[in-house]
Amino acid sequence: MKAPRFAYARPASVAEALALLDRHKDDARVLAGGQSLVPMLNFRLAAPKVLVDINRIAGLAGIKVTKSQVRIGALTRHVDLERSADIARHLPLVAAAMPHVAHPAVRNRGTFGGSCALADPAAELPACALALGASFVVAGKKGERRIEAGDFFKGLYATALKGAELLIAAEFPLPKPGYASAFGELARRHGDYAVVGVAVHGSTRGAKFSDMRVAFFGVADRPLLATHFARVLEGQPATAKCVDASLPKLDADLAPRADLYSSAATKLHLAKVLAGRVLKKMEGVVA
Amino acid sequence: MSAPTDSVEISLIVNGERVKRSVPARLNLADFLRNELELTGTHVGCEHGVCGACTVRVDGEIVRGCLLFACQADGCTVDTVEGLSDSREIEELQSAFVLTNALQCGFCTPGILMAAQALLRDEPNPSRERIREYLSGNYCRCTGYQAIVDAIEAVAKARSARSKR
Repeated sequence: MKAPRFAYARPASVAEALALLDRHKDDARVLAGGQSLVPMLNFRLAAPKVLVDINRIAGLAGIKVTKSQVRIGALTRHVDLERSADIARHLPLVAAAMPHVAHPAVRNRGTFGGSCALADPAAELPACALALGASFVVAGKKGERRIEAGDFFKGLYATALKGAELLIAAEFPLPKPGYASAFGELARRHGDYAVVGVAVHGSTRGAKFSDMRVAFFGVADRPLLATHFARVLEGQPATAKCVDASLPKLDADLAPRADLYSSAATKLHLAKVLAGRVLKKMEGVVA
Repeated sequence: MSAPTDSVEISLIVNGERVKRSVPARLNLADFLRNELELTGTHVGCEHGVCGACTVRVDGEIVRGCLLFACQADGCTVDTVEGLSDSREIEELQSAFVLTNALQCGFCTPGILMAAQALLRDEPNPSRERIREYLSGNYCRCTGYQAIVDAIEAVAKARSARSKR
C-alpha cells in the first residue's frame, strides 16, 4: 500500500527539529533513513500527522574517534559504518554486524540512530550497543542527556526517548587491551531480521574469560544481556570445552517466546548453538 | 523550510535532466518516477522494501524507490534503469541477461540490473557466493537466480579480462 497522508517538515537544525517535535507532540514522527518507518507507514501500522525529516541536519552524521571513545552520529548510514576503517579497527563487533543488517540498497539509506531509536528486538545494532556498553546522546529542550544502552531499550519498539527528544549520537568506549568480540546471527534469508543473534564482547586475557557481555537479540522484547551466563564464564578458561560446558546455563537468562516460524524450545536451542559458535570465534578462545 | 506542508516543491536531476514539480508529501519516489515522469522501468512490487523491484540510484547509490518519498529526493541526482540503459552503462549486463536467459517475466529485472551494476562498480570480481549475497535483497520468482548469477559472473569476467589486456 501507500503511505497515509502526512505533512512534511525538513528542519535544518537540531533546535528546529526539537521545536517541531515539541509543537506536534505525539502527532509527529522523526524520519531518518526511513527503512523501517516507511514500510510501517505503507502498511498503515503508523499514521503520524507530521513527519520530521532530519536527513538535512548538518553534523548529525559521522564517526569520530577520540582517545577514549568512538562517537557515531545518529544519521550515519549503515553503509558508512560498513566501510569505515575506524569502525573496523576500533569497533570490530559493529563491523562484523553490518553485513547482516538488511541488504545493500537498504544499508545505503538506513541509519544507525534510526535503528537504535526504533528498537526492533531483532535488530543487530542495539545488541552491539548493549554488548559494548555504549551510551546514547539525546537532545531535548533542556539540553543533552546521556542514557546507557542498558537503560535505553525499554521493550518492543520502546526506548527511554521522550516525545520531544531526538537521538543525536552514541558514544562507544574504546575497547580495552585484551578484549575481543564476535558476532553471529541466524536468519531465514541473508539480510532478514534475525531468528536469533548474539553479539559478544569481553576479555580473553591470560586465556581466561572475564567481563563478558553476551547480548542476544531476537529472543526477547528487547536486546538482552545474559548476565547470569557472564557470571558463569567469569574466570573460566577461554576454551571451546569450557564454552560447551557453560551453554546450558543460558537457561537462567533466556526465555524466548515462540514467533511465527519457531517454537520457544527451538529458539532457545538455536540461541545456545549460536552462542557456542560465536564464543568459539572470539580471538583468544582455544579450540 | 520548517512548517509542515502537505505538498512540496522539488527540483532534482533525473537521468541527466532537471525536473521541477510540486508533489504530495506522501508520494514515494518510485511512484513519482512512474506516474509523474512516465519512467515505468522502475517497478513497484511489495511497497515495503523487501522485493527490490523499485531499486534506483540516488546520488550514485542504489536505494529502494518505495522507501524514499519524492520530496526527500529534492536536490538529488536520480538514475533509473532507463538512464543506465540509454547511457549504455548496463549494456553488457543486458546482453548477458538475454544470452543466459536470466529473465522470464522481467518484473524484477530492472531492479536486479541496478543492483548488479552497483556490485560490479564496487567489487569488480565478486564470487558467485558474493553475487548471491548481494542480490539477497532482490526477489525473482521466475528464474531460480542461477541464470542471473551466471549473467553477472560472465560480465565480471569479461570486464576483468579486458582490463588485464
